[in-house]
Amino acid sequence: MNYVNAFLFCGLVCVIAQIILDNTKLTPGHVTTIFVVVGTFLDVFNFYDKFVLWAGGGALVPITSFGHLLIHGALAKAANFGVMGLSLGMFDLVSSGVIAAIFFSFLFSLAFKPRD
Amino acid sequence: MEKNRYKDLVNKHTPKENRLYNIMVAFITGGLMGLLGEFLIQVYSYFLNIPSKEASTFMIITLVLFGTLFTSLGFFDKWVNFAKSGLIIPITGFAHAMMSASLEYRKEGLVTGIGTNMFKLAGSVIIFGTVSAYLVGLIRLILFGG
Repeated sequence: MNYVNAFLFCGLVCVIAQIILDNTKLTPGHVTTIFVVVGTFLDVFNFYDKFVLWAGGGALVPITSFGHLLIHGALAKAANFGVMGLSLGMFDLVSSGVIAAIFFSFLFSLAFKPRD
Repeated sequence: MEKNRYKDLVNKHTPKENRLYNIMVAFITGGLMGLLGEFLIQVYSYFLNIPSKEASTFMIITLVLFGTLFTSLGFFDKWVNFAKSGLIIPITGFAHAMMSASLEYRKEGLVTGIGTNMFKLAGSVIIFGTVSAYLVGLIRLILFGG
């Protein structure tokens, strides 16, 4: 059942993005940025956590979870350290994805030649 | 040429995209990516005996690895052209944006090429995410005290 929920949720998020892409002049860069911002706003009252509980990995794969993880780490540290904790904990949870992306793209761009 | 006639001509010659087909493809590929993510979480938490929170981190690293590897091998661009937002919205799109930027500027040197341009496409995601998360967190701290 978890797999069905994951399929449905991730598919629906992609459908919304595709509808925005087809009907406006926004580029994919705009759409991913909008989705990250929407992800942060959805998590103000731990709303996105319910999606994560319901869809599991399906809610963690779309880029909206990037915003969700940003605000989640920030608020977790802010509970102990106040306003300064926001900057302290913001990258706690997203660091794995960002660091993997930086490291692998540096490594592979040295190893492979661009093709067209 | 009159403006209206020009507009008509442009409209006539811009290729019409089949929107329903695009939506179906995005739904199925996006859904399969979500399914793969859930499957990887289950596999990691079962075989490595770790809680599902850490397993989801491993899952994101795995997807980023495959996104960058397939982009650098050259065939991920074709997949993105086919699936469109089905592969752009999952975390693979983020990896794809960073990888293609650093591949493209590789010939300009290590520092001035890769170092300067790696975040050319993906930087907006990090910047706008951080700014909005900071503002939202600040508002929530002030209004509700954490």
